[in-house]
Amino acid sequence: MRVKILAAFKRLAHFGWTSGPGWCTLFPMPHDHSDHDDPHALLPSDPALRVKALETLLVQKGLIDPAALDEIIDTYENKIGPRNGARVVVKAWTDPGFRAALLEDATAVVADLGYYGRQGEHMVAVENTDELHNMVVCTLCSCYPWPLLGIPPGWYKSDAYRARAVREPRKVLAEFGVTLPEHRAVRVWDSTAEMRYLVIPQRPEGTEGMDEEALMGLVSRDSMIGTALAGTP
Amino acid sequence: MSRVHDMGGRFGDGPVVPEAEDVRFHADWHPRALALTLASGSLGQWNLDTSRHARERLSPKDYSRFSYYEKWMGGLATLLVDSGTVSRAELAGTVPPERSPLADRALKADQVAAVLAKGGPVDRPGTIAACFAPGDLVVARRFAENEKIDGGHTRLPSYAAGARGRILRLHGTHILPDAHAHGLGEAPEPLYAVAFAASQLWAHPEHPRDEVVLDMWQSYLTPAA
Repeated sequence: MRVKILAAFKRLAHFGWTSGPGWCTLFPMPHDHSDHDDPHALLPSDPALRVKALETLLVQKGLIDPAALDEIIDTYENKIGPRNGARVVVKAWTDPGFRAALLEDATAVVADLGYYGRQGEHMVAVENTDELHNMVVCTLCSCYPWPLLGIPPGWYKSDAYRARAVREPRKVLAEFGVTLPEHRAVRVWDSTAEMRYLVIPQRPEGTEGMDEEALMGLVSRDSMIGTALAGTP
Repeated sequence: MSRVHDMGGRFGDGPVVPEAEDVRFHADWHPRALALTLASGSLGQWNLDTSRHARERLSPKDYSRFSYYEKWMGGLATLLVDSGTVSRAELAGTVPPERSPLADRALKADQVAAVLAKGGPVDRPGTIAACFAPGDLVVARRFAENEKIDGGHTRLPSYAAGARGRILRLHGTHILPDAHAHGLGEAPEPLYAVAFAASQLWAHPEHPRDEVVLDMWQSYLTPAA
């Protein structure tokens, strides 16, 4: 009986009869909720209250330890950030053996420095040259190499960057104050899988005598995403 | 047809606004939303692909009006209900919350560092031979849709569907999100970086030498004729 009804609805669907209200509640699609019965609609609409309500409920059910939340926040606020990536870049600038190994197998090389973990399980380092400028985006969500750069900046997660970085990277670069030489190609890496990309910016001229700490000061977060160049001394 | 999250190449979004490096969050509740999502994920009731799909399934209206972490909260509410971890009545506050049988799995503060450091690698031993080698010309699947499930999860953006590209490198064999998001197992496949000339993707490319590289599973690709 149910099969027959479903078949009838499928035929109706061909004629566009199933878009009205009631369809979703009668025969739910395998994965969609309609806007009004989406579970989040059961929670307060103010986002701060919504988070609080979810946390309270999960604590009451014994599923969340608030102290663990504090620990996670402390990790991404204070412990893991773009200075990790800057250290990797400076090592690549100053040690040819390290640079070669990094370009060959970044995951193993950065793990040796202690940079491994959530959202950085599979790393690739891509190097900027006079011929090629690399830039990283995630058009489908916000994939980003957390162990090396921390959590992504607001603009990286914005609709504008996700939509535009692949189609007009040079216009986006201009909004960051970057203009590339005309002959230089741009390669945009759209992080559609679990590979996480780190851009190795070009080492600026006039930095030959600088030590590791001073060089790290030239490596901004944005230069490792590819929306900036390394700073000049 | 694609979903609202699949926005690569879209027009009309306005400028990108750079931000200082020391800004981590923009409201007090943002870090809480992040931590709540990660801690709930460690209960093991869903995987990364299920959780991405939960955010993508927000209605286009909600997806567009929600800020980043509101999408995360929307996705989390869906995951908690769909996995049976929380009931709709509990979420609505119409019944008193019941202690969960999963409570002994709750993440403790002293486990956080180890859990975050452990990560969740998705490479698997290769059971399917790689069909393509660097330099091979390929064509991406015509429809940016899940092949098995109507409206299901996929990581093929619509802007690259049907486009002709070049294999740049083989990354290894990775879990296929199109299967994994829907309880169809890990179904690991060879994963490639595939380079597409900007002129293959856009009517008005900015520069003749520009490229976009996407990571694509073998089943997303066919050899170019």
